[in-house]
Amino acid sequence: MNEIKKVLLLGSGALKIGEAGEFDYSGSQALKAMKEEGITTVLINPNIATVQTSDGFADKIYFLPVTPLFVEKVIKKERPDGILLAFGGQTALNCGVELHRSGVLEKYGVKVLGTPVQAIMDTEDRELFVKKLDEIDVKTIKSEAVSTTADAIAAAESLGYPVIVRAAYALGGLGSGFCDNREELIALVEKALSFSPQVLVEKSLKGWKEVEYEVVRDRFDNCITVCNMENLDPLGIHTGESIVVAPSQTLTNEDYHYLRSLAIKIIRHIGIVGECNVQYAFDPESMDYRVIEVNARLSRSSALASKATGYPLAFVAAKLGLGYGLFDLKNSVTKETSAFFEPALDYIVVKIPRWDLGKFHGVRREIGSSMKSVGEVMAIGRTFEEAIQKGLRMIGQGMHGFVGNKELHVADIDKALAEPTDKRIFVLSQALQHNYSIERIHELTKIDRWFLHKLNNIVVTYNELQQYNDLPTLPAELLQIAKQQGFSDFQVARSLQPDIAGTSAHDASLAVRNRRKELGIIPVVKQIDTLAAEYPAQTNYLYLTYNGSVNDIAYENDHRSIVVLGSGAYRIGSSVEFDWCSVNALLTVKKQGYRSVMINYNPETVSTDYDMCDRLYFDELTFERVMDILDLETPHGTILSVGGQIPNNLAMKLDAQGVNILGTSAQSIDNAEDRHKFSSMLDNLGIDQPAWRELTSMDDIHKFIAEVGFPVLVRPSYVLSGAAMNVCSNPEELERFLRLAANVSKEHPVVVSQFIQFAKEIEMDAVAQNGEIKAYAISEHIEFAGVHSGDATIQFPPQKLYVETMRRLKKVSAKIAKALNISGPFNIQFLAKNNDIKVIECNLRASRSFPFVSKVLKINFIDLATRIMLGENVEKPSKSAFDLDYVGIKASQFSFSRLQGADPVLGVDMSSTGEVGCIGDDTSEALLKAMLSVGQRVPEKSVLLSTGTPKQKADMLDSAHLLHNHGYKIYATGGTHQFLNDNGIPAIRVYWPSQPDMQPQALDLLHNKEIDMVVNVPKNLTPTELSNGYKIRRAAIDLNVPLLTNARLAAAFISAFTSMTVDDIEIKSWDEY
Amino acid sequence: MRQILNARLILEDGTVFNGKSFGYPASTAGEVVFNTAMTGYPESLTDPSYEGQILVTTYPILGNYGVAPRSEKDDVSEFYESDHIHARAIIAQDYTYNHSHWLADRSLAQWLNEEKIPGIYGIDTRALTKLLREKGSMLGKIVVDGTDEPDWYDPNTENLVAKTSCKEVEVHGSGDKTVVLVDCGVKHNIIRCLTKRGVKVIRVPWDYDFTQLDYDGLFISNGPGNPDMVDKTVVNLRKALEQDKPICGICMGNQLLSKAAGAKTYKLKYGHRSHNQPVRKVGTDTCFVTSQNHGFAVDNATLPADWEPLFINMNDGTNEGIRHKSKPFFSAQFHPEASSGPKDTEFLFDEFIKLL
Repeated sequence: MNEIKKVLLLGSGALKIGEAGEFDYSGSQALKAMKEEGITTVLINPNIATVQTSDGFADKIYFLPVTPLFVEKVIKKERPDGILLAFGGQTALNCGVELHRSGVLEKYGVKVLGTPVQAIMDTEDRELFVKKLDEIDVKTIKSEAVSTTADAIAAAESLGYPVIVRAAYALGGLGSGFCDNREELIALVEKALSFSPQVLVEKSLKGWKEVEYEVVRDRFDNCITVCNMENLDPLGIHTGESIVVAPSQTLTNEDYHYLRSLAIKIIRHIGIVGECNVQYAFDPESMDYRVIEVNARLSRSSALASKATGYPLAFVAAKLGLGYGLFDLKNSVTKETSAFFEPALDYIVVKIPRWDLGKFHGVRREIGSSMKSVGEVMAIGRTFEEAIQKGLRMIGQGMHGFVGNKELHVADIDKALAEPTDKRIFVLSQALQHNYSIERIHELTKIDRWFLHKLNNIVVTYNELQQYNDLPTLPAELLQIAKQQGFSDFQVARSLQPDIAGTSAHDASLAVRNRRKELGIIPVVKQIDTLAAEYPAQTNYLYLTYNGSVNDIAYENDHRSIVVLGSGAYRIGSSVEFDWCSVNALLTVKKQGYRSVMINYNPETVSTDYDMCDRLYFDELTFERVMDILDLETPHGTILSVGGQIPNNLAMKLDAQGVNILGTSAQSIDNAEDRHKFSSMLDNLGIDQPAWRELTSMDDIHKFIAEVGFPVLVRPSYVLSGAAMNVCSNPEELERFLRLAANVSKEHPVVVSQFIQFAKEIEMDAVAQNGEIKAYAISEHIEFAGVHSGDATIQFPPQKLYVETMRRLKKVSAKIAKALNISGPFNIQFLAKNNDIKVIECNLRASRSFPFVSKVLKINFIDLATRIMLGENVEKPSKSAFDLDYVGIKASQFSFSRLQGADPVLGVDMSSTGEVGCIGDDTSEALLKAMLSVGQRVPEKSVLLSTGTPKQKADMLDSAHLLHNHGYKIYATGGTHQFLNDNGIPAIRVYWPSQPDMQPQALDLLHNKEIDMVVNVPKNLTPTELSNGYKIRRAAIDLNVPLLTNARLAAAFISAFTSMTVDDIEIKSWDEY
Repeated sequence: MRQILNARLILEDGTVFNGKSFGYPASTAGEVVFNTAMTGYPESLTDPSYEGQILVTTYPILGNYGVAPRSEKDDVSEFYESDHIHARAIIAQDYTYNHSHWLADRSLAQWLNEEKIPGIYGIDTRALTKLLREKGSMLGKIVVDGTDEPDWYDPNTENLVAKTSCKEVEVHGSGDKTVVLVDCGVKHNIIRCLTKRGVKVIRVPWDYDFTQLDYDGLFISNGPGNPDMVDKTVVNLRKALEQDKPICGICMGNQLLSKAAGAKTYKLKYGHRSHNQPVRKVGTDTCFVTSQNHGFAVDNATLPADWEPLFINMNDGTNEGIRHKSKPFFSAQFHPEASSGPKDTEFLFDEFIKLL
């Protein structure tokens, strides 16, 4: 252990489907473990919004791509003694394996800590893996590794369809799927081979149970299984897409320990040192099993297992990597008993995935062996019914639980049961409510009857509740049972009065709340202590339940608690950035001498790590549950402004109950959120905004458009999932969109806004105290307005804004801050054209870009905001602090490759799943780092251009010159080809798929790997225009060819990689800027 | 709503928990103990070591996978640890009315009714466990609505070993070597673990003078209650210790072997009943997760000079096994036969067989 003085940790980069916030948690824990040992840590992770890339976690932080090239450069510079590969997901693992293979680690004498690389390769390469397990007579799913399509066909035919295809060295089931026949097989294998040199074809075991074990081993060969988990959805649905419970529910003691013993046998044989995950397929009719896979690293499941049990797997794994034995370590909850033990749970945990498929055009809704979900929640209860109903509320898609939701229209329930989509759980609810028998549902879904019976218990109770019409006649015992089964006050209210909605629904829920308090039906708080109460816990990892009678916590009632509301499930539009904000708020609260209290339910986060705060409530962020907790905590105040939109939305309701909301008042929040109030405020202040109107008839819409002209931005007020907003360029599009998205009426008005083309979009992130701005950061989008701010590439400080524009931005922001009397964080989005600025939106909370600007500026906006909210008088940072001689670029990560069929084009609705932030000495350097970090590559020899409207073509002309001058071969589609020729740039004409008789075909060139980068800019977002380039864009994604769809971003990227090479990039850590 | 009888748990300190009856609707009394295992209720209920006790499962959902059929293989129960339920009652937070498992032929409730054992749910078992942890194991009674309140019953005043031991000599399995198994309330998996290793097992009652028998090794089983009640076995054991034939013991067997060697035992505040007890082999870096079920422990300090601790509990430092420094005698306080619980220490049977 002693020779390790400096350790390099590889992060996982931007959040993407299959690799998300769990690795921020794992990495943060590993860094904590190293710090405790006095070891210097170096971290490479371009994900600037993470907690691990914050002050106080690693000693040196490099916002650089986690690729062998950059990692080698950092190793050369930093000369670490050891490297940790297991904490940054598949990205870090793959990178580590390559560094090992190329001899870099050996060359620089860097020791791999924990599981040896050979063991990693034994688990990653399917053929080696099967061979390895054959050695100890452990059964695996028989599969054949192939590297050509022809071999895949032969393998499938010898195994017999259906088969499953998997790509080796891929995470989250990328490129995986079921094939029932040869055609499906060919399509899938071709795609998988573009990601991975090897593809596995195996026999499908659809319908078997899927069970996982999290196993830990130290170098002394001591082993424990920390947690086992069972998927509600049987094999066939990726574990990331499944509802998962911990511990397993349908395994007998014999089943449980049979698989447990096997797991230990496996990791001993493979030689894991640290943590690993073993996934089984388990026959529901016998004790037959197959090992599906072994992950020789921390995984999404291990993060979940840590949160499910309270056992800090990543922390322990990091210590074991340094050479400790499990017997050397203490249980971090009891602080007294040994870390060599297996947690005993006295609760049940349910994990539910969160999908955002509605955000994508053309994506397939079926769920299967490839992961599509973007986040997850974990719910804790003391009955399954309680936990799953909590969880279904937590996923935040407007559902109130398993029952009591807006009726889901399912045309064919049988079909929907047999072919699951992201709505599967609600289809089960429909089926049960339509009196489907448990047996029938089991036949169609293969879901174990145990789960179906439990779900049916909820339906039975709902039916009983519906027999009553009002609260006074509702028997207390039935109300109690309902609460024990996880019914919310709203569900109870709706069962009594099926037609409630809106404000009256809130009042009705409040009435239920008051009634049950009268009856003494209130939840109790319980501790998660790893030992089921056998030993006292020294930590406060808590949840609430109606299945209990005694609180575990004796409350002080000293009004020293500050409750911080977290951000909930990661979703498109809200992810790790708000976790960073929450964690920083907690740290400041604690530093200021208050008791820090967190409410959040996302197992992928650092804010739900019980050692980040004094009390963690792993529970819902609904009005009902937050009030339950505030009733117990009687805090000094509550912070709503660091967890994104979920807590922000509670402001008025909590305020009405007399909750002390710290910072900006609820009334001001409402004044900013309510479009009418905000708009009239801007008018009063003389601040410009794009013309908009809320309209209730088509006539009015046409009249308004006659005033402002096309294009317009249209937002239906009642939003069908996903069809939130659209830009319409002509009357035909407008009609079609409105027909599709909503009925325009008095009840369902539509907001139509003027859409300003070729305008810059600018963000103001700031912190104010009593209406006076204390710190601010202005950043500009590289793309013109029209690309959602969450998808845009953002530059900070701005490089191309007029001084006059900047002055106006500051002035307007100051006016708004004053008018709303802001105390705390806020964000304003502006449009700028020439020197005219217009306000698009204002949020009185921390925004997505807070961690980015805080880290680039090196002023922690959340710390500042929190101190202000706690009432401290904060000094303005000196003016020079805002004067930077470097540039930060925030770029977005897209996960289109996982979303089969989705059109990878950007619009007014957000579709990125993550982001990176890189710093450089100039825009080009920062942009190049950032683009490489989100998976773009510098093309080697050829580029396909298809660049949209004449204006866009003209904008791209300089770029085309640059490409040509740098020796790139340019392929171009018709119009672009003509334009380039006219401007003296040689290009080869290629043809659209709609011109099948012409040669060469763009798709063929892509398939033959003759194109290294595709720039495809749609002229507009109309369906006809989109469908034209769809096949090319989709092919680029499926074949893993870098794709850019925005002319301004493409131009900036081309300018960057033609002005410097990747080798010119300076290897500088954060503190060197 | 399901029509369910209410039931109460009354503790000797006066605490009352209200719940609902799902088992046999009778009242009962016993010593209340908690087990933190998350699986294995059929094994626990039939474990003779629970004789006289009311079992509280801290895992809140009970009965998920029903109960496997009552079947026998080689004269011992195939899926149970004895031929009937020994616990006096079982208590959980939540009961699963609709179990699901391919092996089950009836529900837990049906089985409890067959064997006239009460079961109650709807009890805050975490609060109850914390109470037992803080105050120590307590006597308790279960009163089901409509039945009379029973008297307190303290199993520790009885010789439970005599109650649960076999009454006559039985032979199990076959093989060249013969093992005498002293039945102090033996779990059937100990018999299974021995016979499947190819030895003949002569199972004798707890007070049987086995020293007259011709055997290759001696095995002392687990059993319920206070080891001080089991002096007759200790007297026989002392005779065996004078010879050099291998001796192994489990749980009660560990305590009786210790007593025969001259050490003392004492009652633990609330015992070890779980699947996750960490033990370390003394003087090594080797650790095991073990299944345990005991309320008494051997006092390490009282072990005579020619004996030493073999395993130590990593949480509270209590004795988890002993061995003789020169002779082939050793025992474990935990359950290497598991059932229920982890099987990581089953190799101890191999070590014993090797000595024969």
